[in-house]
Amino acid sequence: MITLETIAATGVFSVAWLMIAVPALMAGLLLISGKFFDRTGHWMAVAASTTSFVLAAWMFIQMLGADPEHRAVSVPLYTWINSGTWKIDAGLQIDQLSIVFALLITGVGSLIHLYSVGYMAHDVRRRRFFAYLNLFVAAMLLLVLADNYLVLFVGWEGVGLASYLLIGFWQHKPSAAAAAKKAFVMNRVGDLGLTMAVMSMLALFGSSSFEAVNAGAAKLSPGWATAIGLFLLLGAAGKSAQVPLQGWLLDAMEGPTPVSALIHAATMVTAGVYLVVRSHEVFEMSATAATAVVIVGAVTLLAGAWIGTSKDDIKKVLAGSTMSQIGYMMLAAGIGPAGYAFAIFHLLTHGFFKANMFLGAGSVMHAMDDDVDMRHYGALAKILPYTFYTFAMGYLAIIGFPFFAGYFSKDHIIEAAFEHNLWAGVAALVGAGITAFYMTRLMLMTFAGQKRWREGVHPHESPKVMTVPLVVLAIFSVFGGLLMNAWIQEWLEPAVGNHVTEISLVPNLIGWLTLAVVAAGVAIAWFVFGGKRTIPDVAPATRNPFTVMGRNELFGNTVNDVLVVQPTMMAARGLTVADTKAIDGGANGLVTVFNGLSTQVRRLQNGQVRTYALTMALGAVAVGVVMILSQLG
Amino acid sequence: MNNIPTPTFEWLPLAPVMAVLVAACLGIVVEAVAPRARRFILQVVLVVVGIVAALALLIFNFWSGNVGILAMGAIALDGPTYLMWAALLVFGLLSILVFAERRIDNGMTAFAASAASVPGSLAEAEASQARHEHSEVFPLALFSLSGMMVFASATDLVTAFVALEVMSLPLYLLSGMARRRRLLSQEAALKYFLLGSLSSAFFLFGMALAYGYSGSFDYRGIDAAVSAPIYGHGLLVTAMVLMAVGLLFKIGAVPFHNWVPDVYVGAPTPVTGFMAISTKLAAVGAMARFFFVAVGAERWSWQPMLAAVALVTMVVGVVLALTQTDIKRLLAYSSVSHAGFVLVAVVGALTSTDNASSVAAILYYLLAYGFATVAAFAMVTLVRNAAGEANDVASWSGLGRSNPILAGAFAIIMLSFAGIPLTGGFIGKWGVFAAAWVGGYSWLVVAGVIASLVAVWVYLKVIVAMFFSAPVEGVSIAKGSLVTLIPIAVGALASVYLGLFPGPVMDLMTGASIFLR
Repeated sequence: MITLETIAATGVFSVAWLMIAVPALMAGLLLISGKFFDRTGHWMAVAASTTSFVLAAWMFIQMLGADPEHRAVSVPLYTWINSGTWKIDAGLQIDQLSIVFALLITGVGSLIHLYSVGYMAHDVRRRRFFAYLNLFVAAMLLLVLADNYLVLFVGWEGVGLASYLLIGFWQHKPSAAAAAKKAFVMNRVGDLGLTMAVMSMLALFGSSSFEAVNAGAAKLSPGWATAIGLFLLLGAAGKSAQVPLQGWLLDAMEGPTPVSALIHAATMVTAGVYLVVRSHEVFEMSATAATAVVIVGAVTLLAGAWIGTSKDDIKKVLAGSTMSQIGYMMLAAGIGPAGYAFAIFHLLTHGFFKANMFLGAGSVMHAMDDDVDMRHYGALAKILPYTFYTFAMGYLAIIGFPFFAGYFSKDHIIEAAFEHNLWAGVAALVGAGITAFYMTRLMLMTFAGQKRWREGVHPHESPKVMTVPLVVLAIFSVFGGLLMNAWIQEWLEPAVGNHVTEISLVPNLIGWLTLAVVAAGVAIAWFVFGGKRTIPDVAPATRNPFTVMGRNELFGNTVNDVLVVQPTMMAARGLTVADTKAIDGGANGLVTVFNGLSTQVRRLQNGQVRTYALTMALGAVAVGVVMILSQLG
Repeated sequence: MNNIPTPTFEWLPLAPVMAVLVAACLGIVVEAVAPRARRFILQVVLVVVGIVAALALLIFNFWSGNVGILAMGAIALDGPTYLMWAALLVFGLLSILVFAERRIDNGMTAFAASAASVPGSLAEAEASQARHEHSEVFPLALFSLSGMMVFASATDLVTAFVALEVMSLPLYLLSGMARRRRLLSQEAALKYFLLGSLSSAFFLFGMALAYGYSGSFDYRGIDAAVSAPIYGHGLLVTAMVLMAVGLLFKIGAVPFHNWVPDVYVGAPTPVTGFMAISTKLAAVGAMARFFFVAVGAERWSWQPMLAAVALVTMVVGVVLALTQTDIKRLLAYSSVSHAGFVLVAVVGALTSTDNASSVAAILYYLLAYGFATVAAFAMVTLVRNAAGEANDVASWSGLGRSNPILAGAFAIIMLSFAGIPLTGGFIGKWGVFAAAWVGGYSWLVVAGVIASLVAVWVYLKVIVAMFFSAPVEGVSIAKGSLVTLIPIAVGALASVYLGLFPGPVMDLMTGASIFLR
């Protein structure tokens, strides 16, 4: 077994920090430059992102050339915190796991930058948009390249910030502002988990570096292993929109479509999966925590798929689908050593085909005057040929059509799930069928059937700058799986542990079963939405509980509202009233006093200070009581 | 009568305090003899020279390795004292500089032309007409500063009490001297005075009981009595409760926080900035010293009480900050919540034999909070409309467009308050939480982390208003002079520096975090 041992950085690796610094500095430059770079800023951002990609690719090639023992490189930067008890070095760890992430982030990221040049061409705040995109790329790279959890946390917060800024980018829309706020708040809940996990690591190991945590994990008591595992899972669930913190992702579609493609499909939302895989040593110490990951993954993959079946908004269907696919990755990551490589494999292929489809959806919206309702689409295949064919590649990849990218990665997960536990396997299998159904529905409603366009809409194909990234991503959606299938397990072995599963191109029993379920899903969708069947202009009213629940996102918002929002608001309101009554009265009263001098003295004597003094006296009694009680206990 | 020893006073080690006091006294002389037109500039020069001299003396002493219990057991010059004094002098200098801003309000300071005149009266109008100003505010602030320095280093209850009063009385006065919204200011001053006196009474009563219990005002004497008790435990507990009330009041902890929002809003903003950091710093220093040194052996009996106070303070501070619409009130509640976070560290690491990590965490937190606070209140003085300061958060909308640099600096400060990574506030929060975690108060840390996560919203709201909302008619960032801009710049840069390179400062604090007994 090859273990992960890092070597000192030389050559291009010693400037690995440039990967992060270039987009970060560009973001800063674009933000403070004012109007100066309004006309060139977007190309500068593309250049920054591409520079990072070139660096990542260079390192990747060097790593390919090295023998497996000497691939992982550690790049110490400086000592961040040294407080006697703890020493935290800020450094980068470029190993087999992080480099594939870096390639995905910078590769897909650069393509999406390029696409955005066309997509945001007419936006007055374009420069700012590209600054945020660069900021995101920098933060995301910091997240995956960090060599310890605390630095990872910095990147984690950074992507959260970029996501918040970009979801709310179209600030004139109140819905966008609300969505940004929601994403922010729900992510804070996840951050709580990650903070607690890092706190525990610091307390237990005296360090938060991956090395120390991995080394120390074996000696953890079962209780602590479970606690840290669950904390990490909470963090992962927040960032990756897993049940029960899934609610923000659908609303996040308020952001510009390239943002949805980059942040809310290909990269940021998969950070949770990265976190779980990175912390695999901890999860291997706690069956409870690992099982929790499996359950969260399985539930989310079904929930996301369910939502995908009932939405009419093309981006929300894709968002539901993203949730669901990340559910698959989580499931695989929870399974244990057998699943890590598959989780990452699916993460990569998903990054390709989902970015592809989101950008495709953006291209469709571009053609349809930013209408997102699929009921207003139809018969677009001929008019948007590039968009259609590239989208079709993504479609075939996601449903798992043989030899397309998703076929390999998803089938492995389903097989591994069946090996792990029957119910997990069934959930993954059913999910595949539902995926086939809703994706076929999307294809049929958008590209086939009759024209249901609104008046005054004249669809046209998008410019080259948008279609070229689509074509590149489509190529990867087709060949990405084939390319990595035999290679990814061995490659990742040093980083995620030794457990190579035999892979053959010929499907086994479960493989055939999966194909049958997928075919059934496609057939049902064809039967309902295909051919000459008319699609109602508005969603038909229905009492079918499945549809109703799907349309309402499984009432996730209601649940959050009842369980969290309302009680919090009540508490805040109660405290505010108490505070206003007791404290603000005087200050507010003073506004009136301001005009008439004579009332002032009276008001002062009227008791505010007395009230305060009384509060103090009562407080002193309370402090005394607490003190005495603690003596007794 | 021969057994009264000759008083000793170590001049050189205590010179930093003396320098500030001398500057303050000279300030009084200046008021008496210098012509009116010259006073202002002379006072500013005195402040700068006095404080810089004090800092130089402090550094000299530090390098000479002067430590020890001084002035017949009244003052301890040890690691924490050095750091506290240095922080007090730096923050004092920065925040008193803001007092001298005259450029933004028609060439007048933020202080009343004639504080003794009745608001709205003829006398007031005349004084304003004649462009009178109170340059006494500078010596007052210096007196207060010297009190704070002694308060943070006192190892004797009587000295501590005197220092407490020396630090508080000038502040009561300064709070009542706002030039605009004078009634609000005067009411705040009166409230502060009355409640402050009440808290002093608590403190005094606690002192008396502590003396009754131990037969000594000296911290070492109390410590000895705690270790070998003669009287009942009840007396000590009562003394600790009463002392704690007095100290917690100055820190602004719940339930003794009532005065904070009113006084912060009512006082002239430069004074609020001075108070918000310096008072808190001195009071936390005094509190840590009393509880760690004098009654450290009894920590199991006061830890739960302080933990409860820390919890309520964090929660109430954060939740009430959420609903504030006035920036000064928001910062006031924010300062309440920060008091709670600092208390988490005070509660924390005492279960280990050395107090190192706890004291270092307290100091680092206060340093990060201090730089941010000084800059924040300096910034508040600059955002103005026709009627003076525009304190409504809504009216801060769009300032990011008109003045991206100052708004950006303020955003950094807000992020530091929020404890976002790469700012000093983040390292500070990690420090205090880690101290409490190691000290066995993990439940308090969980609550603290939740509170800090919620708190982010408070500060982000301001940033969002500044950068993502349409500007409000008539509100702008005034062109301040250097006395205001320097504190803002220093605060913002220090916030970033403390977040990026906490190493050197942290080392210094860890190395100097043992209280001399």
